[in-house]
Amino acid sequence: MSILRKIVTAIRGGAREVGEAIVDQNSVRIFEQEIKDAQNQLDKAKMDLTEVMAKEMQASRKIEGLQEDIVKHEGYASQALDKQDEALALEVAQKIADLQGELEIQKKAQQSFSAHAERLKAMIKKTTKAVTDLERELVMVKTTESVQKATTAITNNYASGSSRLLTAKESLDRIKERQTHLEDRLAAGEVLEGEFSGQDLDQKLKDAGIVEDDNKAKDILEKLKAEKAN
Amino acid sequence: MTDLNSLAEELAEKGRDLQQGTNFEVTPIPGDVAVFQILVEDQEELPLFLSGSDGQILCIAYLFRKHEVAPDSRDEMNEVMLAANVSMPLSSFALIDDQYVVFGALSAKASIEDVLHEIEVLSSNAIEAIDVLADYLL
Repeated sequence: MSILRKIVTAIRGGAREVGEAIVDQNSVRIFEQEIKDAQNQLDKAKMDLTEVMAKEMQASRKIEGLQEDIVKHEGYASQALDKQDEALALEVAQKIADLQGELEIQKKAQQSFSAHAERLKAMIKKTTKAVTDLERELVMVKTTESVQKATTAITNNYASGSSRLLTAKESLDRIKERQTHLEDRLAAGEVLEGEFSGQDLDQKLKDAGIVEDDNKAKDILEKLKAEKAN
Repeated sequence: MTDLNSLAEELAEKGRDLQQGTNFEVTPIPGDVAVFQILVEDQEELPLFLSGSDGQILCIAYLFRKHEVAPDSRDEMNEVMLAANVSMPLSSFALIDDQYVVFGALSAKASIEDVLHEIEVLSSNAIEAIDVLADYLL
């Protein structure tokens, strides 16, 4: 059964912990063994295919050779007939018959190798797909298993801790509150900064003599000095 | 297969880097498999968890438990989650036992930047998800 189907079955069966329901101690090992077997089968099929294709090519070459030989001997037979040598012509004809017999055998062999190669190619295609599928399933098993273990670790170490006493809503409220605080702080910072830069401007205006300086002590002193002198 | 421990170490360093947009803390959690808790600054109530499996890095945020959902609205909420799944960037809703989660899966070959991006997006997705699903909660 595929992992996805196992998950559906577990949920329909009302399983609370899906991971536990579908991953047993052996599933990873079983998948790994199946992948290994399929991979071995694939390797063997590929080797067989190389061999069969080599034999097919060999047969093809033999066929070509035989066909050339036949043409050549047909030429000899014709020449023997031209020379009225019936006996020689017959001998050549016999040779041609032998060559044709061999040609038929090679043609049959080639057809058989070719069919075998096709079967192997189909098998390689099918097994490759099977290996990919098994590997995908294995990833699913391993991921489920690791998520299950991770969840256990998280539940043991964190979910039981004080922070998990908060519901999702409470957590959200706290985060939002903090974000509002942060925004308030930023806004306050901006106001302060504005005041500072305002002060800065005041000073510039005073320096430029556009705004009167509040501190007139110097003026008063000058005035007092002037009065005393009089 | 990436070594999750060295990834977590690298992440922890990035999390402390104040030049970074988001600061966070990475802590290992004891257990049978490597799991790391990631506390994003100012969102400590919603920790993220980083774990790995064959060829994958998983980032999970636990949203709420089944019993926190108003029983009458669970069907509708499940449908909302399914309907929203594709639109939610990088994360998906899921159920682990009785916990609703959002999670993102990355290839084990993902770069540290990819993982950082995943963490930022996941934590935003988680907060927004609780916010918009709050009406379904008790």
